Amino acid sequence: MGKSEEVVLLNYWPSPYGMRAMIALAEKGVQYEYVSVDVVNNKTQLLLQMNPVHKKVPVLIHNGSPVCESLVIVQYIDELWAGDAKPVFLPSDPYQRAQARFWAHYIDEIFEFGRKIWIKTGEEVEKGKKELVDSLKLMESQLGDKPYFGGEELGYVDIALVPYYSWFYTYEQFGNISIEAECPKLVDWAKRCMKKESVNKALPDPVKVHDFVVMLRKKFGVDS
Amino acid sequence: MADEVILLDKWVSPFGMRVRIALAEKGIKYEYRDEDLRNKGELLLKMNPVHKKIPVLIHNGKPVCESNIIVQYVDEVWHDKAPLLPSDPYLRAQARFWADFVDKKIYDTGRKLWTTKGDEQKSATEEFIGYLKTLEAELGDKPYYGGEKMNYVDVTMIPFYSWFHTYEASGNFSIESHCPKLMAWAKRCMQHESVSKTLPEPEKNYEFVLQMKKRLGIE
Repeated sequence: MGKSEEVVLLNYWPSPYGMRAMIALAEKGVQYEYVSVDVVNNKTQLLLQMNPVHKKVPVLIHNGSPVCESLVIVQYIDELWAGDAKPVFLPSDPYQRAQARFWAHYIDEIFEFGRKIWIKTGEEVEKGKKELVDSLKLMESQLGDKPYFGGEELGYVDIALVPYYSWFYTYEQFGNISIEAECPKLVDWAKRCMKKESVNKALPDPVKVHDFVVMLRKKFGVDS
Repeated sequence: MADEVILLDKWVSPFGMRVRIALAEKGIKYEYRDEDLRNKGELLLKMNPVHKKIPVLIHNGKPVCESNIIVQYVDEVWHDKAPLLPSDPYLRAQARFWADFVDKKIYDTGRKLWTTKGDEQKSATEEFIGYLKTLEAELGDKPYYGGEKMNYVDVTMIPFYSWFHTYEASGNFSIESHCPKLMAWAKRCMQHESVSKTLPEPEKNYEFVLQMKKRLGIE
């Protein structure tokens, strides 16, 4: 308030990591410029300059200085845009904070399990399916009867996990599974999150994600 | 009010070493338990049911898992001594980024150096040297990643110094010749008691790995 801030987000729409940053910025009411980078076909000079180490999205550029890695970005957003009755993502208690970080770190593995389902073939797909369902069930048990992982409000773990909801349809189509049947409470939680503007504006249409993956498979020569 | 702090660990684990260094920097008294990872005890399985891995910090009966998360927890709880994370949010984000880089790249690529042979090993060696060079470039002319003092990134990376001899012997290369500034940084960190008392002798580390290779049927 009163200070001119320049906030830019480099992202690519299917990225669940980018969705985390978008949700965090929206929850805090931060105005920013969205810059799309097609990381599959054309990594731009700006991206390579702002993330020379990993060359990946998302990258948050705050007053010209880059912050990379989605969970680092979400924590940065949480710490910088604080006070003024803004939501807080990480708990204030160090032990609860450590638990939230643990689960957010665990959630990063879920993308790798899901990836096996749509990029691999044969036994690897079956392995991916089991790992994905087991990990989602574990997250569901962590949720318990709370409306959100953060308790009464969306928190760090919710922001880390909910982007994958836009990828569920893709996993279901390629894996021939029903995530709703396996984890009904988790899907309920995801739908509850989707009622929030910050989430439903960040998550793309699941069918579009599926079509994107079909294109990727062709590109990587996976389709039999 | 006495704090009960227990660390479930394994002497050779670079992840465990991070926690030991952080606890030593803060002057925290704790009970160290060396775990038999081939025959995991009940306490470890109960305190880390998700990953069943060390290190696990048990603070007044409650477990904290994942080494970087434990170090941040230790830093936050015992915040009045030897701060490891910067107070500025942007510098904090940079520190977290580099700790994450060490986690994603160093251990797994380093492991390939002593578990593979031939072309695979050669390629892993090149990749590993590349990552060390990136870390060396980030250090620049600073004495430590934290500037004048060791910080979170130093603590995350320095345990791998005890593994350098193992990597060099396995991949048949010299880290010093590729990254002299990084080696100078490592020796500088070793002048701190928290580090020198934590890191095992490189030779002991190498012996341990040779035994593990025999057991795993490698080579």
